[in-house]
Amino acid sequence: MIAFFVRRLLQAVVVILLVTMITFALLRAIPGNVAIAILGPTAYRNPATIAQFDATYGFNKPWFDQYFLWLGHLAQGNLGYSWKLNQSVASLLGNRLPKTVILVGISTIIALIVAIPIGVYQAVRRNKAADYTFTALSFLFYAAPTFFVGTVMILVFADELHLFGPEGPQGGLVSDFTDWKDLTLPVVTLALVTFALFSRYMRSSTLDNITEDYVRTARAKGASERRVLIRHVLRNSLIPIATLVGLNIPLIVSGALITESVFNYPGMGYLFFQAAQQQDYPTLLGVLIVVAIATVIGSLVADIAYAVLDPRVRYVSS
Amino acid sequence: MTMPPSSPDPFAPGINTPLAPGLDSIVPDEFPPNDAAPGTIPAGKPRSMFVRGLEVFLENKLAIVGVVILVAMVLFCYLGPFLYHTDQIHTNLAIENQGPGSGHPLGTDSSGYDVLGRLMVGGRVSLEVGMAAAILATVVGTLWGAIAGYVGGAVDAVMMRLVDAILAIPTLFLALVVVSMYPATELELIIVIALTSWLTTARLIRGEALSLRVRDYVQAMKVMGGGGTRAVLRHIAPNAVGTIIVSATFQVADAILLVVALSYLGLGVQPPKTDWGGMLSDGVQYTYDGYWWLIYPAGVAIILVVIAINFIGDALRDSFEVRLQRR
Repeated sequence: MIAFFVRRLLQAVVVILLVTMITFALLRAIPGNVAIAILGPTAYRNPATIAQFDATYGFNKPWFDQYFLWLGHLAQGNLGYSWKLNQSVASLLGNRLPKTVILVGISTIIALIVAIPIGVYQAVRRNKAADYTFTALSFLFYAAPTFFVGTVMILVFADELHLFGPEGPQGGLVSDFTDWKDLTLPVVTLALVTFALFSRYMRSSTLDNITEDYVRTARAKGASERRVLIRHVLRNSLIPIATLVGLNIPLIVSGALITESVFNYPGMGYLFFQAAQQQDYPTLLGVLIVVAIATVIGSLVADIAYAVLDPRVRYVSS
Repeated sequence: MTMPPSSPDPFAPGINTPLAPGLDSIVPDEFPPNDAAPGTIPAGKPRSMFVRGLEVFLENKLAIVGVVILVAMVLFCYLGPFLYHTDQIHTNLAIENQGPGSGHPLGTDSSGYDVLGRLMVGGRVSLEVGMAAAILATVVGTLWGAIAGYVGGAVDAVMMRLVDAILAIPTLFLALVVVSMYPATELELIIVIALTSWLTTARLIRGEALSLRVRDYVQAMKVMGGGGTRAVLRHIAPNAVGTIIVSATFQVADAILLVVALSYLGLGVQPPKTDWGGMLSDGVQYTYDGYWWLIYPAGVAIILVVIAINFIGDALRDSFEVRLQRR
């Protein structure tokens, strides 16, 4: 068990190091002079600034020196400086990241609360009308681009019915809760995307468990169908959910990027989108590395949670 | 494929010994391919797997629906413009944002382009970029996974950790960074999307390669002096064809969703060219004006194509009996 943790942890460290190398390669792949790309097109007027920039970031040194210098900055929490927004990327993220965490957190919880019972219900009533209906719905939301779902939400619930605001809460973290009417549509949009994924997974996970020996044993002992479902099937079907959420962080974060762009919700995804449009490379690469590290940690936690919750995994891995 | 658990055969060479150290040790093929070699399967047999697969596929009603929708959409995009002529190059601001009516069944957009005609032209870009990116991603992913799985050891570890690392960066984020650096053309979009989506294929094929490389026929080929290239191209890849086809199908759906997302964010193909995502992006500016014909047609077209491809992919998975965990 300990060996499994240690090996998995080392693997995560290696992957994070590789991620920093990829990000550094992207930094080097910026077309033209990196200093001008980062300082802005007017920087060429001031060679001293460029020379200072090159010296600070070591661009006058061989590339491996540059990498380690950059890595050193990164380790100290220095994600770079956005000249376009005249703010350090770390402080930008300090404002924007919590907003995204709120959006992603609430919508993922809602998606799980809705998807788990529906998935189980589908598995129990498999190949009946209700199962087909929900399968069709999950196919629909899986295939629908997030920005289309968001736009339709605005058209129907904000434009036509005037029930909710068309734009996400624009203020700080507190506004997410005071302006909950504005937060509703972004949360629902993102939840619908993940709902499709979770409910399909829950359905197949429950179907796998229903045919297990221990379920048959429970039935043979005379346990009620309700007890069998809740105590035996559901408990075991819930285990992969930890993995499911952990492994789908990239998908959920991508969904958040588009949702935030549709609703002008000032989170990390919207920041990234604006940075891409304005070629704000320090912000792009800073956010990229934060998202990637979050993903690696997410899948690490998911794997460990899985091993803790499911003894079968432990035996196989050790 | 279920095989009886074979007892360790003392005469089977190399199963427990380290495998070929790498592809740099390529041995020239001393044995030219000989299809009539004794012990090969009779010619009719490999086809029966496909016939059986086809039967399973055709029994699946959703698969038929998927094929019909996909063919209809392809015909709509490629044959449609021959039957329904519209000017998709010159803007005509005199007829901007007209509602559906005479002459323009789906109205016109903010530049005066006919929406129905634009749906056909835009669909071509979405479908072509999606298909091409998926094919490229599948080729790269298959080779990468097959080589990693076949060679094994440290090479495999390094190759797969690299896959883990790129996979840790959400595809949309990675694609946006690259597209923001170099202005997007169709070719560049294809390459960017392929380079960010070959990873799942690589993982799947590596899994296949790990089980295929210890099979008797691969071992026999090695004993006869076959090298790594031959093993990967002639034995590993062809035997993983089911997995390859199924994952390629889902790749097309995902690639189409990615290209429309990039276009929606304004970093896809540039005007006067457009695709379904670009059309939606234009339409969204008029959300509050109630110009629904700028939003629903393109959105519905994307959903129809992606659902159709997913139906086909699910059916193919059943016919090839591929165990495949989506994402």
